Amino acid sequence: MTSPIAGGVDCDVHPALPHLTSLLPYLNDYWRDQVTTRGMVDLVSQSYPQNSPITARPDWRPETGKPAESLSDMQRHVLDPFKLKHAICNPLYGVQMVFSEDMQAAFCRALNDWLAKEWLDRDPRLRGSIVIPTQSVEKAVAEIERCAQDKRFIQVLMLVMGDMPLGKRVLWPIYEAAERLELPVGIHAGSAYHNPPTAVGWGSYHIEDYVGQAQAFQAQLTSLIVEGVFAKYPRLKMVMLESGVSWIAPYLWRLHKFWRGVRMETPWVDRAPLEIVRSNIRFSLQPFDAPPEPETLIRLFEHMQSDELVLFSTDYPHWQFDDQDALPEGLSPDLVRKIMIDNPHATYPRLT
Amino acid sequence: MNIQFRESQEAESPLTVKPAIADCDIHPARASRTELYPYLAKRWQHHLEVYGVHAYQGMMEGPPYPKAQPNASRRDAWPPEGGPQGSSLSFMQKQLLDPNNVQLGVLNPLNTGQGIRNHELSAALCSAINDWQIDKWTSKDKRLKASIVVGNEDGLSAAAEIRERAGDKNFVQVLLLSRNVEPLGQRRYWPIYQAAEEAGLPVGVHAFGFGGNPITPSGWPSYYIEEMVGHSQCQQSALASLVLEGVFERFPKLKMVMIEAGFGWAPSLCWRLDKVWQRLRSEVPHVKRPPSEYIREQVWWTTQPMEDPERREDLFDVIKWIGWDRLLFATDYPHWDYDEPSRVLPAGVSEANREAFYLGNAKKLYGVS
Repeated sequence: MTSPIAGGVDCDVHPALPHLTSLLPYLNDYWRDQVTTRGMVDLVSQSYPQNSPITARPDWRPETGKPAESLSDMQRHVLDPFKLKHAICNPLYGVQMVFSEDMQAAFCRALNDWLAKEWLDRDPRLRGSIVIPTQSVEKAVAEIERCAQDKRFIQVLMLVMGDMPLGKRVLWPIYEAAERLELPVGIHAGSAYHNPPTAVGWGSYHIEDYVGQAQAFQAQLTSLIVEGVFAKYPRLKMVMLESGVSWIAPYLWRLHKFWRGVRMETPWVDRAPLEIVRSNIRFSLQPFDAPPEPETLIRLFEHMQSDELVLFSTDYPHWQFDDQDALPEGLSPDLVRKIMIDNPHATYPRLT
Repeated sequence: MNIQFRESQEAESPLTVKPAIADCDIHPARASRTELYPYLAKRWQHHLEVYGVHAYQGMMEGPPYPKAQPNASRRDAWPPEGGPQGSSLSFMQKQLLDPNNVQLGVLNPLNTGQGIRNHELSAALCSAINDWQIDKWTSKDKRLKASIVVGNEDGLSAAAEIRERAGDKNFVQVLLLSRNVEPLGQRRYWPIYQAAEEAGLPVGVHAFGFGGNPITPSGWPSYYIEEMVGHSQCQQSALASLVLEGVFERFPKLKMVMIEAGFGWAPSLCWRLDKVWQRLRSEVPHVKRPPSEYIREQVWWTTQPMEDPERREDLFDVIKWIGWDRLLFATDYPHWDYDEPSRVLPAGVSEANREAFYLGNAKKLYGVS
């Protein structure tokens, strides 16, 4: 195994909201009343039961409640054993699935306040991502500006599958605010299920949805690049969270070829897609969809032609890696240092 | 840019023979709107005049993502006698088959009877296009072989069309497109795979098609380039569906060809499938072996458009991971992103790999001597 080094940054941990009612203290009277009067139940964005074995590594599962709903568990399972300097909390609560922009805005605001109070206040190693109500760009920008006053919020969080491709111009005020406030935009695996989870329709199985996340990231990168997001906001960083990394190089070869062929369609794309990815896009490490052999893995990293693209992550408490083997076999000590320390700090300006 | 000049010792011989190749993706076109009418019952001719094809989209003409060039074709591919690019056999012979020494050319007609909501019309049009391929193309040039176009959304009528054509040496594969109403592994398509396996014909899955789903899982993008790049994501999802629904397990002699959607993504998709399958295999007990094994044994890839890395050796890593025995050279004639045979592989590839890539793999797969 490749050993992690102390002082690293885990760019993808998932504190769990115990229940929708956990947000009640952070909602105003109207929304508190809505939640209770209408008998709203928990918002769970995964398609399998909460106590299913696939929701968490077995040794990270608490006796009661959701995995990763307790700070002490997170400390004991990840923060302490990996000797982390920081961990970035990306709450994956089902607020993205709500269609009402008013309700979504109220829930996002409450979720962000909950994260600050119940996690960031209680462990100085933790940093937060701002969950935004994507049904309203105006409300999303307002929430970013509100939360950004707290310097512990270091990223804006969106899902890879939402209502529209992420490069669409209507979303640009979100990116303008993120760039202005030095917040990278993290794009996490997952769907609001407002569209079929693959580009060829609805599959039968969870495993199919999961494999399909990689294709969703590919489509979003195309959209972000060709719409010109990084021509307009050159300092904006985006981080693909739980995207997998082994597809990056061959995907870019194809995009690059077509860009050369039809760039007259999108003349504002002023740099080659390869260059844009190297300067503006980063990818989290786990879950690592890599080949079993270390020598193949070394070639894969060489295909990326950059050692700055990948950021360390455990994806705590999810099930993707075993024991402490968060780093795949075959990585050099230099690359481990870049992945665990240098690359995250270069990506997140607020990470101090 | 450096240009080297060299005095020719003598005039180049016009008889220089290029090594024979197979072109596994040629698109024959109709010269006129009514060219299929002789193969259609009066009822369907009338239907087309009054109602059109009624596809899984609203537009009769004019794609929502306009192509980069007319008919997405090479600007030099207009036949001198008129008609759209790819509609003239004599011009195709002159421009593609003769100069490149194409020994085997596989026809994949697009804009046919597929992706049509009226399944009876779909079946009638597919049957017509199959007759037309024989009359206009394969009976007139023995280098050309046809693909059985089938009504993709109605597995039973598609299977009937395959059985009707089975054993006819004009046809070397069954043709599907990657984008359908559902992912290609779904049960509605199984009769197609069963009939193809019985007939000993590979099933080609060409990029494109239309089943009403947005071309990203996050809705409709804005540009033609997103559609073009997106075909490789569609193909990956379609192939994942085929594996995870157990199509290869159920039809172990079935062979499939991924056409015009790239191949660079194949190793990555296999690693991802294998890794996730190890964790989640209890959800899909019908998938008995690691997904990559089915793909290694039962899937081939056409080469065009070749991925284009900055460093050529990176692509050769990928080809090695896929297997030199699994790639089938294709030009995509007459489309604009045509790959020129002489420029695809640089020097340094072994003679055996070069021969397999350009010709041998295709002859073996398609059973053509």
